[in-house]
Amino acid sequence: MLEVKNLFCERDERVLFANFSFQINAAEVVQIIGQNGSGKTTLLRILCGLSDAYSGEIYWQGNDLDEVRDQYYLAMLYVGHLAGVKGSLTAEENLRWMMQLDKSLDKCTIATALKQVGLYGFEDVPCHSLSAGQQRRVGLARLYLSSAPLWILDEPFTALDKKGVKEKEALIANHIEDGGSVILTTHHDLKIPGQTIRPINLDEVDRA
Amino acid sequence: MRFFLAALKRDLLLVFRHRNDIINPLAFFLMVAVLFPLGVSPDPAFLSEVAAGVIWVAALLACLLSVDGIFRGDYEDGSLEQMLVSPEPLLILVLAKVISHWLVSGFCLAIISPLVAMMFFLPSEGYLALILSLLLGTPTLSLMGAIGAGLTVGLRRGGVLISLLVLPLYIPVLIFGAGTVQAGAMGLPIQGYLALLGAILVFSIMLAPFAIAAALKVSVRS
Repeated sequence: MLEVKNLFCERDERVLFANFSFQINAAEVVQIIGQNGSGKTTLLRILCGLSDAYSGEIYWQGNDLDEVRDQYYLAMLYVGHLAGVKGSLTAEENLRWMMQLDKSLDKCTIATALKQVGLYGFEDVPCHSLSAGQQRRVGLARLYLSSAPLWILDEPFTALDKKGVKEKEALIANHIEDGGSVILTTHHDLKIPGQTIRPINLDEVDRA
Repeated sequence: MRFFLAALKRDLLLVFRHRNDIINPLAFFLMVAVLFPLGVSPDPAFLSEVAAGVIWVAALLACLLSVDGIFRGDYEDGSLEQMLVSPEPLLILVLAKVISHWLVSGFCLAIISPLVAMMFFLPSEGYLALILSLLLGTPTLSLMGAIGAGLTVGLRRGGVLISLLVLPLYIPVLIFGAGTVQAGAMGLPIQGYLALLGAILVFSIMLAPFAIAAALKVSVRS
């Protein structure tokens, strides 16, 4: 699906990766691992088109990413460090806006998605009065709604409880079975039921 | 169009939940109007002479004060990133944000401006000119201010920089805006001034959204 060739990225005069090539196939989980500061988030932002600080080529379904950006954004779901959840809007209003922004969030209704992330009964509460974990769940409710084949998740499990992490792992497994793929970073011991996880270790990539 | 309305609705809802954002520019505008006569001179003849300029400067600064916040909240909570990776066009979104900013700043200023004009003993012939010039001029201020806001949103302290970037662009609007009111107060025709303000507005509606969208991309991607 996504192919990266000869990626080079330098940040604050430090080379994060050079000659870095990899690809992500359909129905595959790729976990980016590396120490703090090894460039995990930077890599994910580059893949999302949220960073221009690189040289190299990125192909989506065989086409140059810059040429098929609109199609790519329809087929890609990004959940970053910051979930993009507005504190003064309720969970429902937040999700409704996310569905406006991204038309591929059409798999189920907002009520179902909120129920599945365990926020049933909290639809009308402004998000700033929810706990950090609950706010995270609002952001992740998008995953239940999404029919996009590629998910890019940056530390999706921060602030989630054990049960929440389990549910998200099961959700990822489902997504893979449907032929989708996931690229994520996490410091959790990731266990996707019935799937092997392909690691990409940023501590071992070329820096020269 | 549906996306535009949804974006506008969201921004207005956000402002409505943070009522300070509406009150701040209005309070600033009114405070200048109240303090100026106290500080300079309460003489009606003097006040009616300077009214046009002072009201327009106060309106301009009130807009400038609030323009910094157009994108800041969305940048800080990650919403802006989601907007950039959305298949929806950024231009429409930017336009909706600027219009919602104008509705809570420039539009409200224009509505309460007759009150301030009364405090400045502006001749009644100037009222219509004042309202029309603010209605035509302040959208330009919001549009141009948003360019500065987009460029500085990634910086932790962008406030001063915004003023430096944007003030030169505001000057023509100020000159023609205050000119309209002055002409109106003296009973002269104001169509020429309004046409100029309108021309500046049309020009900035056409070009500013592109500049704002590009500025946001630069701010987020670097």
